[in-house]
Amino acid sequence: MITVTDLRKEYQQGDRTVVALDGVSLHVDAGQIHGIIGHSGAGKSTLVRCLTLLDRPTSGSVAVNNKELANVSDADLRIARRRIGMVFQHANLMDSRTTAQNVAFPLELIGTPKAEIKAKVADLLELVGLAKFADAYPSQLSGGQRQRVGIARALCSDPDVLLCDEPTSALDPKTTDEILELIKSVRDRLNLTVLIITHEMNVVKQACDSVSLLETGRIVEHGDIEKVVADPAGRLSQALLPMPGDLPDNLPSGTVLDLLYSGARATEPVISSIARTFNVDVNVLAGSVEHLGEHQFAHLRIQLPEGSDIPAITTHLLSNGVAVTVKEAK
Amino acid sequence: MDFFTDLTTNPGITKAMWPAFIETLQMVGISGLFTVLVGLPLGILLLNTAKDGLTPNKTLNVVLSGIIVNITRSIPFAILMLSLIPFATALVGVSLGPIAASVSLTIGTIPFFARLVETALREVSVGKIDAALVMGSTKMQVIRKVLVPEAMPGLIAATTTTLVTLIGYSAMAGLVGGGGLGRLAYNYGFQRYDSTIMIVTIVIIVLMVQLVQIVGDRITRVVDHR
Repeated sequence: MITVTDLRKEYQQGDRTVVALDGVSLHVDAGQIHGIIGHSGAGKSTLVRCLTLLDRPTSGSVAVNNKELANVSDADLRIARRRIGMVFQHANLMDSRTTAQNVAFPLELIGTPKAEIKAKVADLLELVGLAKFADAYPSQLSGGQRQRVGIARALCSDPDVLLCDEPTSALDPKTTDEILELIKSVRDRLNLTVLIITHEMNVVKQACDSVSLLETGRIVEHGDIEKVVADPAGRLSQALLPMPGDLPDNLPSGTVLDLLYSGARATEPVISSIARTFNVDVNVLAGSVEHLGEHQFAHLRIQLPEGSDIPAITTHLLSNGVAVTVKEAK
Repeated sequence: MDFFTDLTTNPGITKAMWPAFIETLQMVGISGLFTVLVGLPLGILLLNTAKDGLTPNKTLNVVLSGIIVNITRSIPFAILMLSLIPFATALVGVSLGPIAASVSLTIGTIPFFARLVETALREVSVGKIDAALVMGSTKMQVIRKVLVPEAMPGLIAATTTTLVTLIGYSAMAGLVGGGGLGRLAYNYGFQRYDSTIMIVTIVIIVLMVQLVQIVGDRITRVVDHR
């Protein structure tokens, strides 16, 4: 479990004060994977540096399992940091060390006996599927394999929280899937709290239970995936289930509706139910149906002919749990 | 006289060459050892006291980098060596010979080597240092377990370059009392117009430089896993 409360970070740039983090709060329960998504410049990197305490926040607190990290002394900081395991975008492995030596690094720092290190490293390499590569150097591994080593290394000090900073941004789509699956499987096995900081919506779609949208140093939307997606006006919902922005010019006249529904309803014949009940022709213009978290979501753009009873249809849809946005009456 | 007969009979070669060679080895060996012993920590300090280093310290950085290293490096080596003769005499008790020359050679080469060390260490990516810190390394552990091992290929290359430079400097040191091959070339080759001695001395020095460079490159390759 990790709790961040009102985290602020200000930088002095000449005589100007730049606010990089403007009161960020979030809470993630053990066993949850939380995504923090934002464009570059939103404050992601600053947030990562404050969470790992590479930079001290100006104010606010970071607590892992109710133990405060942000306000401890420098000496305690090194011990406190061990509660958070970190995975980097470019893995940041030591080139002079073999895979096994890289994974052993955190234990070497605290003088763990050699036999103990060896056993632990072997277990972790087994866990990430790299047992055969124990003696390979990072330059001999692929990007995905290097990231696996990075994950094994992050897990070596038995952290409570796994903090992943753009863990897949340097990887191809197939390798991205594999790494996200690995993160999910270690979460399941070790009941870890996982924070994934990313700019890729796909990572959120594939791996996260909940998500926060970071923008200019603030969290502007947050919640469980099911909750944020269900709000058609929300930016996260629009990003997770995107719709084409503009309506085509050559559209026949009629009313365009955006429908958003989830869960069991996503598989129900909503469209044909409207067609039958109201005796109208329904034209599907665009749409996506996706699995997000535990649920299935559908986002459809439909067009109804002129003269349809829009208020009645809308009421009918709403009563069936479908969110409706009337786009444009032509 | 036939050149090849001269090679085997010239007393400058049969009697003086070997001791001169040993003196040169002494100068390069002693000053090389002390340059690395002092220059490596100095290079680490130069990097880490800088603004973006592990332990920024503006005053110390200005003193080390701006004053000590830059001033020493801007004095031509021949002049530095002459000016250090009294210091060398006070330190080792003699003003002549390879031991005395090693003092000035070491002092003249340390700043050069320290800069090379600093540059090699700077090549280690910030990400690796951050990773080590996040995993709970002390600053000393970052230096010992990350900076130095990760920069090892660069550090070996810096040592090679420094040894090659020292061979050159040691010949110059020979002229002002250091002895060695430089002295031999000057006394016999220049002052007595003995071109055989001159040629042999040059060949030996060229071979020494080649050997150092080849061995250095080989070690660099062995430790380089990038």
